[in-house]
Amino acid sequence: MMDFSGLLLLLVVFTDFWVLGTTRMSSVIRAAAIQGAILAALPLALHPGLSLHMVGLAIGTFAIKALLLPAFLHRAIREASVRREVEPVIGFTASLCIGAVAVALSFAVAQRLPLPEAQTALLVPVALATVIVGLIVLTTRSKALTQVVGYLILENGIYVFGLTQAERVPFLVEIGVLLDVFVGVFIMGIVVFHINREFDSLSSAKLTELKD
Amino acid sequence: MRLLALLVIPLVAAVAAYLHHGAGFRNAWLLAAAAAHLTLVGSLWVVPGPPVFGDWLALDALGLIILTVVTILFAVVALYAVGYLRTEAPRGGRAFVTCLLAFLTFTSLVTLSHHLALLWVGMEATTLTLAPLVFHRHDRRSLEAVWKYLVLSSVGIALALLGTFFLAAAQVDGRPLLIGDLVMSAGTMQPSLLRAAFVFLLVGFGTKMGLAPLHAWKPDTYGEAPSLVSALMAGALTSCAFLGLARIAQVMSAAGQAAFMQPLLLAFGLFSLVVAAAFMIGQTDLKRLLAYSSVEHMGLLVLGLGLGGSGTYGTVLHVLNNGLTKGLMFLTVGNVVLVTGTAHVPSMRGVLRRAPLSGALLLAGLFAVTGSPPFGPFVSEFTILGAAIGQGHPWLGAVLVVLLAVIFIGMARPILDVLYGEPGAVGSGPPAGGLRLAGPLVLVLLVLVLGVYLPSHLRVALARAAVSLGGVVP
Repeated sequence: MMDFSGLLLLLVVFTDFWVLGTTRMSSVIRAAAIQGAILAALPLALHPGLSLHMVGLAIGTFAIKALLLPAFLHRAIREASVRREVEPVIGFTASLCIGAVAVALSFAVAQRLPLPEAQTALLVPVALATVIVGLIVLTTRSKALTQVVGYLILENGIYVFGLTQAERVPFLVEIGVLLDVFVGVFIMGIVVFHINREFDSLSSAKLTELKD
Repeated sequence: MRLLALLVIPLVAAVAAYLHHGAGFRNAWLLAAAAAHLTLVGSLWVVPGPPVFGDWLALDALGLIILTVVTILFAVVALYAVGYLRTEAPRGGRAFVTCLLAFLTFTSLVTLSHHLALLWVGMEATTLTLAPLVFHRHDRRSLEAVWKYLVLSSVGIALALLGTFFLAAAQVDGRPLLIGDLVMSAGTMQPSLLRAAFVFLLVGFGTKMGLAPLHAWKPDTYGEAPSLVSALMAGALTSCAFLGLARIAQVMSAAGQAAFMQPLLLAFGLFSLVVAAAFMIGQTDLKRLLAYSSVEHMGLLVLGLGLGGSGTYGTVLHVLNNGLTKGLMFLTVGNVVLVTGTAHVPSMRGVLRRAPLSGALLLAGLFAVTGSPPFGPFVSEFTILGAAIGQGHPWLGAVLVVLLAVIFIGMARPILDVLYGEPGAVGSGPPAGGLRLAGPLVLVLLVLVLGVYLPSHLRVALARAAVSLGGVVP
């Protein structure tokens, strides 16, 4: 089982780089959906006892992160008929390189963190790397919709970190967190829809009226 | 039971208000829920409520003080909202009232949560319930405001979640993430993980409070949201975010990590004051001016917390004073803006003549918000200043005095410009009616009373809250 969870965590990093390196928006959303599905499998792989808590978490995560949110975001780009992320603030190659540095840094930092359990050897560096990748996507992409995906990736990273504490955080709270993320992305999606209608563009770079 | 009722009543009212199509019914639900909530909180001052759900929901002195700010502000805003929705074309009044009531539910949840992950859930939910309200006007400017608000707050609060998980990882003994157990077993916590948790939580809740340099969303959001929403944000939401920070501060000081925490808090506090002072000079939008004033007061809160000792007492008192004063200012400015039709300072003149009562309230509010006697904020700011000078930071005290003076000038100039002078030709809305004036009048009285007299119940609660944060009573 240990090996299987390690494989899943490597796949999480793989989807991180997929998001960083791709230009097509539908592909970015697909990567996020696949990441969501991997995250749903993780609690089962890490805690093989099949407890109600872990099964519930897996089902909730799969429903929200792999099905509902990606479907909603796909619908948003279809209605906006925008396909590509055109003008990233930092180029794709550059952001891939930053992502690679982030992964290396995460492993270095995670080794120095005094976390007790052995099962977390890969969990913490992957979590930190995913958080950083989420932040990179959020700050360097100009399309509002891609930024929403960045937020989702960031949340995914925190979710992975939370798995180190899964047995200590009650199920109710985890469902609360998932619901908050769901509603958050949903409201962001609605705002993106309004941005598109108002400015005829999905680019948040046009939001420049308010300043001092 | 009463603690649970604080959550259930507004939630039921929110659902009921959504199901009713008549504006009259919705207003009745809004006012009834606000009144019931206010009464319940009042009863909790007299007879404390026992914890429910195995200590997950409980009310300590700090929570009670912030809950009181929330409930008073909400009651006032509910009255104001009834008058406001009558004046402004009611666009989706249904969603408006529902979001307001949901906001009351989740802010109450934050003040009652003694489980820090549950507190996080409530905090994120408050962010989300206010987003539709910020976007109330449905124009380009409010769209930009709500986008910045959502993205920055969500990222900030996400980092706070990471901090919460770090805190869980740092904890060795006791039930996970319950504040009482965390404080009790603080000595056995893993220090480096605890510090990491503190940094993430400071950045996360600091973003929600709007501490500089994490305040970028604040002027835009407060400037574009309807004034009553800005009042709730600047008075209630920031106080709840401060509570989140105060909870981790409780753990840090119990764990003997005050030496790590205090310099960080002082730095954020001082920088917030500097940024607020710098951006207030020459500010031409009244609501943005108030947003920077909010940055200033959030800075004062963490400054007092960072000073420790009697500064902590000043901070706890300032939460109360700031919450009520911000409500007063935003609601009054809202009334003035409805008269003049703009918040642009150069186009507003002679408000004192055109709407004497609102003008007088604005003048009183100016003195209150800048910490002048005899209003409440003077007492709390003076306590914080006294702590800075008395506890070995005379240079900090001196800088603080200069900054507060600059801020006073920065606030007074535009507001006096607006009050005096010849009434211009622009805008000729009717002066505010009774519903929209009642709230600010109540608030100005409360802020005045807090400046001259603290009831004994309140003094005891303030002292307890300050001690729980590792401070002392001056």
